[in-house]
Amino acid sequence: MLRFVIRRLLQLVPVLLAIATLNFFLLQIAPGDAADIIAGQSGHATPEFVAALRAEFGLDQPMWKQYLLYLGKLVTLDLGYSFQYQLPVASLIADRLPSTLLLMVPSLAIAIGLGVALGVVASRRRGGWVDGLVSIGALVVYATPVFWLGLMLIVLFSIQLGWLPSSGMVDVRANPAGLAYALDVARHLVLPVVTMALFYIAIYTRLMRASMLEVYSLDFITTARAKGVPEGGIAWRHAARNALLPVVTLAGLQFGHLLGGSVLVETVFGWPGLGRLVFDSLQQRDLNLLLGILFVSSIVVVVANLLADLTYGVLDPRIVHK
Amino acid sequence: MREFWRRYRMNRAAVGGLVVVVLIAALAVVGPFVHDVDPFEMMGRPYSPPFGEFLLGTDVSGRDILAGIIRGAPVSLLIGVVASLAATLIGVALGAVAGYYGGFIDDALMRTTEFFLTIPSFILAVVIVAIFSPTVVTITAAIAAVSWPSVARLVRGEFIAQREREYVQASRAIGMPDWEIILLQILPNALAPVIVVSTLMVATAILTESGLSFLGLGDPNHVSWGYMIGVARTALRVAWWMTAIPGLMIVIAVIAINLAGEGLNDALNPKLRER
Repeated sequence: MLRFVIRRLLQLVPVLLAIATLNFFLLQIAPGDAADIIAGQSGHATPEFVAALRAEFGLDQPMWKQYLLYLGKLVTLDLGYSFQYQLPVASLIADRLPSTLLLMVPSLAIAIGLGVALGVVASRRRGGWVDGLVSIGALVVYATPVFWLGLMLIVLFSIQLGWLPSSGMVDVRANPAGLAYALDVARHLVLPVVTMALFYIAIYTRLMRASMLEVYSLDFITTARAKGVPEGGIAWRHAARNALLPVVTLAGLQFGHLLGGSVLVETVFGWPGLGRLVFDSLQQRDLNLLLGILFVSSIVVVVANLLADLTYGVLDPRIVHK
Repeated sequence: MREFWRRYRMNRAAVGGLVVVVLIAALAVVGPFVHDVDPFEMMGRPYSPPFGEFLLGTDVSGRDILAGIIRGAPVSLLIGVVASLAATLIGVALGAVAGYYGGFIDDALMRTTEFFLTIPSFILAVVIVAIFSPTVVTITAAIAAVSWPSVARLVRGEFIAQREREYVQASRAIGMPDWEIILLQILPNALAPVIVVSTLMVATAILTESGLSFLGLGDPNHVSWGYMIGVARTALRVAWWMTAIPGLMIVIAVIAINLAGEGLNDALNPKLRER
């Protein structure tokens, strides 16, 4: 197991290098470099000043040297400087990442939990009303832009009914502490989490249903039935466990998609996470910050894939980690 | 072709989807002539509700929402279709080469594909559009740049399944060049699932475009449905319909394309129907 983890970690190295290279490439094709931006902001920069800045950032070096310099900086977690916030990009991101994860992890957990449950129910009664409802629901949810769904939920639950807050992470006027704080954050989480989760509930339900139907056709299910295992036991204990594997794979793969969705959802709900940071950096054309976010979110996805791989072994002991 | 139609017509939902797609396309083409109003022009009092002087009301700046819906339709559809076509071309090219040649080329191309599948594609699209400043062309290119990997993987799989078949071996035996085998012999046999995937990709591309314009990364010279939602958002408390209408259009268009795509899938791969 340990050796498997180490080998998987080593496999991350080329992926991280590729992410870094992509970032460097994007930075190169962007019009204007960091020196131009600073010079533009100071308003009255002499050409000498700009040249000095270039030398300081290593922008006067040949491309391959700049690339190595860039990689060296990334290794020390130096993602550059945000001109908009006057802070290092890395610390800005470190500040916001927990809020984004606080939004993503419950969304994913709810989506997998509900999706798996609905998928099992739908597969047990093919063509039944749950099955039909799930198909229609999936069709609609697939087609709904996530930010629009969030806005419509705000209209219904915040504006019309007044049940839930529409924006932010905590009620600044009440300024709660301790348990009250946690409860307040949870209240603010409800709408964004529901918005994010709905799409994935649809995906996992459909996947789990298809996967269950496949497992049902296998011999060991027939054996279990012949032994007289009750249908409920077959569905949950025998079939579901095996049918879960593709769901776990997809959940790992879709972490990147989830991050993309959270950019939109955080913008809608004023959630102070990475996504909101993307929106703000867009307003100010803060490329350094934007590329830093792309870099960090790619790493988050890679780590999520690693976790999905490890979960595999727990679910299915036949997959031996050599 | 006749046989294809017969099978397609059996799926009523798919026919309905196709009808709606045609209607939206008609709206995009004919609409501007029937309702010739500049969607950026202030036409009346802001915040007019629908079904009054203006059929769909006016937005925060008094612009005619119906005009925006009409002028937004070709933008959304074109970006969706062109981005998906471009992504299909890239995906087919890379997938075909990887699947046909195998070995090192396959490894290199597939690692690249997997890499693009892992990184957060929407954020990458945002970065690309932000770097090149938003125009219809950069938005389309950015969506294509993040959408091709699924096609590449699919095409590679099809090519691997086909490349040892007798007809391919026969083509090689008579000395046909590789490009001819790839393009004229194998590709036609691998095309059915590709057509389905790229149809469904149009729907995803429309959703991505709406997300980009919502974030303010839309082409400033063209209205789009996502942009309208972004603008209307500030008036959510007083005029929710302003946000609801363009969003509903997106939902209807995407559902219709998805239904049509699934129908295409059933009609092109009749053996897969049962699953």
